[in-house]
Amino acid sequence: MEVLFYITAAVTFLATLRVITHVHAVHALLYLVVALIALSLIFYLLGAEFAAALEIIIYGGAIMVLFIFVVMLLGPLAVEQERTWLTPSAWIGPSILALVLLGEVGYLIAAGDHTALTVGEPRQKAVSIALFGPYIIGVELASMLLLPGLIGAYHLGRRLSKEAR
Amino acid sequence: MLSTPALVLAMMLFGLGLIGLLSRRNVLYMLLSLEIMLNAAALAFIAGGARWGQVDGEIMFLFILTLAAAEVSVALGIVLQLSYRFRTLDADAFCEMKG
Repeated sequence: MEVLFYITAAVTFLATLRVITHVHAVHALLYLVVALIALSLIFYLLGAEFAAALEIIIYGGAIMVLFIFVVMLLGPLAVEQERTWLTPSAWIGPSILALVLLGEVGYLIAAGDHTALTVGEPRQKAVSIALFGPYIIGVELASMLLLPGLIGAYHLGRRLSKEAR
Repeated sequence: MLSTPALVLAMMLFGLGLIGLLSRRNVLYMLLSLEIMLNAAALAFIAGGARWGQVDGEIMFLFILTLAAAEVSVALGIVLQLSYRFRTLDADAFCEMKG
């Protein structure tokens, strides 16, 4: 487990370093997706399975897709530009880092050490009880944060489409 | 225990995000650096929760996730507006706000 953690930490650090030093937005986003997946594996190793799943589904899925859509809206996507983007130098780095993560998952399955998943009461029950017990005011505040976020995003996007016409 | 190296990693990731935020001039990259810093904070919370065996770390992670979703949706709308009005994403070009 220790070795897995250090390999994953190295992957996370390298991918994050490439995010802030890359000049192409799409390449930087690919590296950021790899960094988020590696971070979710670290969450799993720390014993937070639900947080690991949420990290992949919401961060790696929803938020990164939002970023990629906006990058595609920003620049004109000509065919030649797309062709120049799809060079091996674009995807070889994230692919190598993701292959390291895939090897770790294969090792975890082959090692057959599934005790972390089956021992005792699932932590998620305690998390849910605490979330809707002592932390209920935080849930309310989160909903009050999400509604202005929705209205703000709708407002900004609507004025944009009206001007474009 | 893995919590100490996890905290070190969170510190390094936060430093990388801060360096990116301070050194990049493209608004989109500054947003990405903000995401990295939020993730580092979430990792610190998860590591603390794992160290003490409490669930509070994961609950704070859920709140950070909510905050990040709301922040990204509004900030990307602002980025789109800026790119359509100024035809650039240079942060130094948006200096005309009077206030």
